[in-house]
Amino acid sequence: MASQEGNDGFVVFDRVQKSYDGETLVVKDLNLSIGKGEFLTMLGPSGSGKTTCLMMLAGFETATHGDILLGGQPINNIPPHKRGIGMVFQNYALFPHMSVGENLSFPLEVRKIGKSDREEKVKRALDMVQMGDFINRRPAQLSGGQQQRIALARALVFEPELVLMDEPLGALDKQLREHMQFEITRLAHDLGITTVYVTHDQTEALTMSDRVAVFDDGRIQQLDPPDVLYEEPKNSFVAQFIGENNTLEGVVKEITGDTCVIQLDDGEVIDAKPVNVSEVGQRTQVSIRPERVEYNSERLQKGAHTLKAEVLEFIYMGDIFRTRLRVAGNEDFIIKTRNAPDQVKLKPGEQIEIGWLPEDCRALD
Amino acid sequence: MSDATETSGPMLAADGRPLKASLNRALRRQKLRALMLIAPLLIFILVAFIAPIADMLFRSVENGIVEETLPRTVEAMDEWDADAEPVPGEEVYFALFRDMFVASEKKIHTRLGSRLNYETTGISSIFRQSGREVEDIAEIYEDQFDDLNENWTEEIFWAELMGDPDWFAEASATEDGPGPDFVLKEGMEDRLPLTTEAYLAFAEFTQTEDEDNPASENVWPLVHAMLYHDLTGDAAIDGYTGFGSEELQAAKEAVAEFEAVNYKQAFLDIDEDWGSADVMQTIKVYSPTYTPGYFLTAVDLQLNPEGVEAQPDDQAIYLKLFWRTVWMSLTITVATILLGYPVAFLLANLPMRVSSLLMILVLLPFWTSLLVRTSAWKVLLQQQGVINDVLVWSGLINEAGRLVMINNQLGTIIAMTHILLPFMILPLYSVMATIPPSFVRAAKSLGATNVTAFRRVYFPQSVPGIGAGSILVFILAIGYYITPALVGGTTGIFISNRIAYHISSSLNWGLAAALGTILLAAVLILYWAYDRIVGIDNVKLG
Repeated sequence: MASQEGNDGFVVFDRVQKSYDGETLVVKDLNLSIGKGEFLTMLGPSGSGKTTCLMMLAGFETATHGDILLGGQPINNIPPHKRGIGMVFQNYALFPHMSVGENLSFPLEVRKIGKSDREEKVKRALDMVQMGDFINRRPAQLSGGQQQRIALARALVFEPELVLMDEPLGALDKQLREHMQFEITRLAHDLGITTVYVTHDQTEALTMSDRVAVFDDGRIQQLDPPDVLYEEPKNSFVAQFIGENNTLEGVVKEITGDTCVIQLDDGEVIDAKPVNVSEVGQRTQVSIRPERVEYNSERLQKGAHTLKAEVLEFIYMGDIFRTRLRVAGNEDFIIKTRNAPDQVKLKPGEQIEIGWLPEDCRALD
Repeated sequence: MSDATETSGPMLAADGRPLKASLNRALRRQKLRALMLIAPLLIFILVAFIAPIADMLFRSVENGIVEETLPRTVEAMDEWDADAEPVPGEEVYFALFRDMFVASEKKIHTRLGSRLNYETTGISSIFRQSGREVEDIAEIYEDQFDDLNENWTEEIFWAELMGDPDWFAEASATEDGPGPDFVLKEGMEDRLPLTTEAYLAFAEFTQTEDEDNPASENVWPLVHAMLYHDLTGDAAIDGYTGFGSEELQAAKEAVAEFEAVNYKQAFLDIDEDWGSADVMQTIKVYSPTYTPGYFLTAVDLQLNPEGVEAQPDDQAIYLKLFWRTVWMSLTITVATILLGYPVAFLLANLPMRVSSLLMILVLLPFWTSLLVRTSAWKVLLQQQGVINDVLVWSGLINEAGRLVMINNQLGTIIAMTHILLPFMILPLYSVMATIPPSFVRAAKSLGATNVTAFRRVYFPQSVPGIGAGSILVFILAIGYYITPALVGGTTGIFISNRIAYHISSSLNWGLAAALGTILLAAVLILYWAYDRIVGIDNVKLG
């Protein structure tokens, strides 16, 4: 399994299942191997089983079936406090009756580390998150971003090899969130810690992770690095969930190697890359990223199939233009174009021709 | 914009008025409306709760009864130096005679007797007895005046002598009822000061209390006694030429021959205790309108002519009772914490379905009458009761060794712990329900064992609940009355039982008020101390 994933399998989920009520499975046959020092994100809508997986790893839930291994050892029967896993909680879970310093000192105290060592480690951890001046504050006296940093420092202060984060940035505003995303990745890489990060925010997943596991319906739908995930979604769920996506429906006309021809429901024909289609006559959804759609005929490849489109709406968004089109009966076909000097600003009502490279248009299930 | 910041004075609103005044005016309507909403309740509480309590507490220092009943005696006693002579002289007894006569006519002397009896036992009977007999003293003079001239015992003669002619004309014509309000004849007060005072008291009493006409009622013998003293003293009747002047002149000449009364001796003849320093000094010590006496009694001290001193040991019961009330309340509070904490923890951490069932079990006794629950404990705890029966049946104790669990402190503690338990569980639960499970999880993920996580993370956060529950239980316990009264016997009763005794049995309301005030103050001080140490903001009741 580990060799198949191409890493050393520091954390391994081996055919793990979880059910709360004995009737339905929340996690269905989960197989996952996380390498040492890897930053892996579990991404998925709520109820997809990602948090349950994290809780099983932390030891707060037990797997109904299967093994979880940490550093090669099965940890199913090890209580949470002996697993040595750092964890950052959704609402930080900073102890309100302790000062920042006491919060950080807590994991060291329960490990019976000497006072001077403790103070030094606490100070180092606080400096790491640039919160050295706040050691005597109470958590309630800190802003959300500051609490977030303290929670991070607390999870790292006892130098765990694995850190779990359960939607740690959910409560922050956009700007702070982006800043913290950067900071967390930097820290994780600098310290060489293995990180398992749970979020439902796809931007967060894409910008931070080495690999992203997209969860849905208790299964991993796709496990890949962010760029692969974005550009080569394996199924329509992933394509829809990651980034913005245009979908057209049709039937496979012919398949030749790396390309296939799809006849859309309104009769028009386009080129696509076959991903989940194998035979002619199969129904399929094709997915095209908005920024890969081209309407400047000069830039289109010779001989590529094009579609007629009518401009419905033009939205100026500053760095990009966002245009809504009616294409093959789909009124929510979006294209995004860079705000460049030579860019044409489309007007509602305009009739245009659009096209794309066949490999950007993926015929999924 | 700029002109508002440039002026150095207060900020002005758009219409030029100060902004503060404008704001206040705008808020006043709101405040008034809010006040009107709560006004009915506020008035109700003020009238039905705050005012009676304040009045009741005021009784703990109020002592007007002595001065009201014996005004002249109190005044005369001012001159009396109790250190120099343990028993006062004739003047005081003369004043006492006048006061006692009026008081006994009004039948208020026994009330004063009971009041002073709280301080010196035996006074009550002296007063009761003397009421009847002061009249006999006065009658000595009445008889002598009667012998001199029968007019002196004619009410109509007295009315014409003392009353204003217009009043007399009207009053003597009145056949029924009290007649017109008595009006004194001009100058009588200067001529016969003591007589006037006595007659005025008589007239007022006859008209207001008996609702009779002074012109047709027998004059008090006191008036005769006072006439004697006026005529032997500095009566200025020489210039008087009106009605009865001849009789007055004749009497003035005759009184020198009259048998005079020594009042001190007369009182001693009634009861020799009137000559006891104890009795007379008690009256003097308790003559001020306000007295610390009740409070001193409440803390086992007494106010003596010599000053403040401790009660004799056999009467020192209140401090012991206060102390017992406090420590038993503390025991009950601790017991409710020990029993309630695990229950509240379960309530807060079990799944909703189970916890609401458990909650009903907690609340069920809460909805049952206090009296029923206490009586149930009587059935359970008594020597022939359920618990003892079970223990005997199971062979753990033998028939002779039945445990005494009721009518003592144990009974009170058991029953009250049970009754007050919900008051501990509910605040604890409401605090525990707000502690997110992530705190304990975080502690465990940081390496704490279950015990450490509980001790260092969960428990400190549940302390506000313990505080709230403890305050509630302790304050309720310290003033508890019914349960100790029913299951406490003699050793398990609280201070409130004693207060109730003084309110309803001994009728010593002043002492009851003093005990109640001390209890209230103790609770407030505890509350204040708690606020200083823990902070009342940390207390959550839900």
